[in-house]
Amino acid sequence: MNWPVGPNVKPINMNSAVLKQLFAFIRKEFYHVFRDRKTLLMLFGVPIAQVLLFGFVLSNEIKGSRIVVCDYAKDYGSQEIIRKIEASKYFKVQQANLSHNQIEAALRSGEIKMAVIFPDHFYNDLSHLNKAQIQVIADASDPNTATTLTSYLSNIINDYQAEALAQNNMSYTIVPQIKMLYNPELLGAPNFVPGVMALVLMLICAMMTAVGIVKEKEMGTMEILLVSPLKPYLVIISKTIPYLLISLLNLTAILLMSVYLLDLAIKGSVLLLFAESTLFIISCLALGLLISVGATSQMAAMMTSQMSLMLPTMMLTGFMFPIENMPFWMQGLSYIVPSRYYYTIVKAIMLQGLGFSAIWRETLVLAAITAVLVFINVRKFKIRLA
Amino acid sequence: MDNIAIKAVNLTKRFDDFVAVDAITFDVKQGEIFGFVGANGAGKTTAMRILCGLSTPTSGEAMVAGFDVYKQAEEIKKNIGYMSQKFSLYEDLTVMENITFYAGIYGLKDKEIKDRGAELLERLGITAEAKTFVGSLPLGWKQKLAFSVAVIHRPKIVFLDEPTGGVDPVTRRQFWDLIYEASDRGITVFVTTHYMDEAEYCGRVSVMVDGRIDAFDTPANLKKKFGVDSMNKVFYELARGAKRKAD
Amino acid sequence: MPILNLSKKMSAITLDNITKTYNKGTVLAVDKATFEVAEGETFGLIGPDGAGKTSIFRVLTTLLLAEGGNATVAGFDVVKDYEKIRNCIGYMPGRFSLYQDLTVEENLNFFATIFNTTVKENYELIRDIYVQIEPFKDRRAGKLSGGMKQKLALCCALIHKPVVLFLDEPTTGVDAVSRVEFWDMLKRLKHQGISILVSTPYMDEAALCDRIALIEGGKILSIASPAETVKKYPGKLFAVKAANMHLLLQDLRSYEGTHSCFTFGDAMHLSFKQNADAGVSKLTNYLTAKGHKQIEITEIPAGIEDYFIRITEKANG
Repeated sequence: MNWPVGPNVKPINMNSAVLKQLFAFIRKEFYHVFRDRKTLLMLFGVPIAQVLLFGFVLSNEIKGSRIVVCDYAKDYGSQEIIRKIEASKYFKVQQANLSHNQIEAALRSGEIKMAVIFPDHFYNDLSHLNKAQIQVIADASDPNTATTLTSYLSNIINDYQAEALAQNNMSYTIVPQIKMLYNPELLGAPNFVPGVMALVLMLICAMMTAVGIVKEKEMGTMEILLVSPLKPYLVIISKTIPYLLISLLNLTAILLMSVYLLDLAIKGSVLLLFAESTLFIISCLALGLLISVGATSQMAAMMTSQMSLMLPTMMLTGFMFPIENMPFWMQGLSYIVPSRYYYTIVKAIMLQGLGFSAIWRETLVLAAITAVLVFINVRKFKIRLA
Repeated sequence: MDNIAIKAVNLTKRFDDFVAVDAITFDVKQGEIFGFVGANGAGKTTAMRILCGLSTPTSGEAMVAGFDVYKQAEEIKKNIGYMSQKFSLYEDLTVMENITFYAGIYGLKDKEIKDRGAELLERLGITAEAKTFVGSLPLGWKQKLAFSVAVIHRPKIVFLDEPTGGVDPVTRRQFWDLIYEASDRGITVFVTTHYMDEAEYCGRVSVMVDGRIDAFDTPANLKKKFGVDSMNKVFYELARGAKRKAD
Repeated sequence: MPILNLSKKMSAITLDNITKTYNKGTVLAVDKATFEVAEGETFGLIGPDGAGKTSIFRVLTTLLLAEGGNATVAGFDVVKDYEKIRNCIGYMPGRFSLYQDLTVEENLNFFATIFNTTVKENYELIRDIYVQIEPFKDRRAGKLSGGMKQKLALCCALIHKPVVLFLDEPTTGVDAVSRVEFWDMLKRLKHQGISILVSTPYMDEAALCDRIALIEGGKILSIASPAETVKKYPGKLFAVKAANMHLLLQDLRSYEGTHSCFTFGDAMHLSFKQNADAGVSKLTNYLTAKGHKQIEITEIPAGIEDYFIRITEKANG
């Protein structure tokens, strides 16, 4: 049989052809994902396991936490106690008589971790009634820190009481009225769920994307794909879209679990949460792509992802260890870790029920980081093997 | 019995209900160059694994270098050498480092390592390359070096799994020179290959098809039996009826 | 749309002094390679591992840029018009590189879509090959034997009716029977008018090509049809046999009249230094004196492997 040999001279509808190619590619990617048991386990098992098992809250000694002391009494008793508080290495005290709203604003913005309020008749009560109250308001969305700080404070107050007893033979009872804001039951969930979300998304998007692309290179199929009419950028996009979808799926699963299993309601807008998450996911995908450019093997891709993404995310996001306690250079480093901003955004929306106006700054930074990453990827993009 | 290096009687290996090796029976004399030939999927690799002490058979008997494959697999490993196309030397170590490493694993003492290492380098003519990374050597040199390292501890038997794949014709023959030398020194060589002309160099050849051994004789006898003039054609006659085409 | 000027008889592939280096120029993989493949020709690139075959393939399929020289495929320049080339060629790289965890059918469909076509459209082209693997169409590609994988890879490379087909060592690691079948399939493709550039380390497969280029160390050593190639062999070649082949080899090599001697299966291939005829009887005497029995010395036509060894190995083997 004699074929008229010539290249494909059909007039093709470019758009539909491209869409068809894209769709075929994405479908293939899903085949890969769902047929590889081990990958499947990692993609869905790990996030779920982390949320369910992650009850392990680490306690660290917290030093130099910023607190505000509102001294309405300005009497001997309050001054004494305040002096003790100031002397403590655990607190960095600012004295200011703030209104309740101002206190709450300061707590929400993270400027202070705790507020101690002495009512105006403090020493009066103490000397005449042998009983007085101090109000303590702490930010319990990190129950860790909140509990620790309030216990430090209680210790100081007890000290004072003991001294008073020794000196004046008066038994005082000072009852600190502790109010834990945002997480009155001191549940671990509100703290770690946002952290787990950041971690999981980073894991899936960055690492799996990187490994997936490098796998293609290792197997040699990348060569065949390049030597085809398929535009190389389509290959990249097709590789990232499945992981985007899987991440959103995982996100939904985590949120559902949080709401129904851990009794953690989402106070803010779910839509905003998903929108911000998508932005964060894109930054993770871009990171994954960057890693795949340099990595020569799947092992290398995985290791690089672990080292440069997982560890910083775990350590520098702020949900496992307080950033303020880290050495200066590490704190600086945490400013370029996208998950740090995402974590703050998620907490704001989920726990504090805030809207976009409260998180526009973090969103901007996250968007800027994402834009830079995407730009670098476009520059480093290769249409050939080398 | 002590000039039989390998003996297998009805050796069988089953994976669930798939019979990879189907009751094969053959023997290899000490000092012989034995060709173990067969198509991909015929069961060669599985059989070799059993003989190297790496896998336990499902049934049947096999004796390698005087040791039983069921109970004395570790002894077998100590008395054989192994080389394959896939497993060779560490590309990011130098020639000398590889020699030292493997000789050490095979249990040679320091002085022996030094002496035999130098001897090896001289025989291959690569004394100047002792400090070169193996990765930068041409494939043919790598294969020759790998073979020499595989026999540095003077084992009774050396197993070669497709050692000359893709190598240029001249180096291939040089490689077979090494095989002949080893055979002269009394080492039994058990080699598998896709190059049928190499099957001609062997004392005896066995051809595996679908897990069975369908032919086992000297190349001359096999050619006579099938009425052809090359081992290539012998193999073709045997293998084309194979059922296991897709496994 | 790429337009081919079909009125001129043009070359499917041209290479003009292509040079390829790696590692910032320290490794010279291809050294000024020059040859042409005519339309509809099956051209073999014959040489061992590391000779430079894969590098040449990668330059021609636009996967790598050469450091020097020019090349065209189907009339298009490999550097400037790489997209047009990628639209109209088929490529089978060295190892099996289809998706192991996709089934046969899924692989085929995927590649058809990538090339903006469907399996149905060009089924006639691949039918002869596909019917052999069709019984396994729902099996994962990773679970096929070597021979089957190659057939599937060939189908995927042909599915879009390419103008030029690049096959880089398609039969390496595949058993002898599958190799024969594969080359039968290639012969049938020739009738479809597809130009094929195939590389292989197996010299016996070289005889099945229209023309062959022998390559070693990055250099093209010879370009001619198989028949013409072996005619280039200088002098006469003899096959020598005796009862003890191993000793025979040693004695032949130490014989002063031997130019070179190599083992070739069940015989030694020997070429004399000069004055071939006188050599035969002298050689027989020499061997008899050495105690050899059943001596046979016959003149034989040189094969491609003989020629290859001749031009790569200067000294006495």
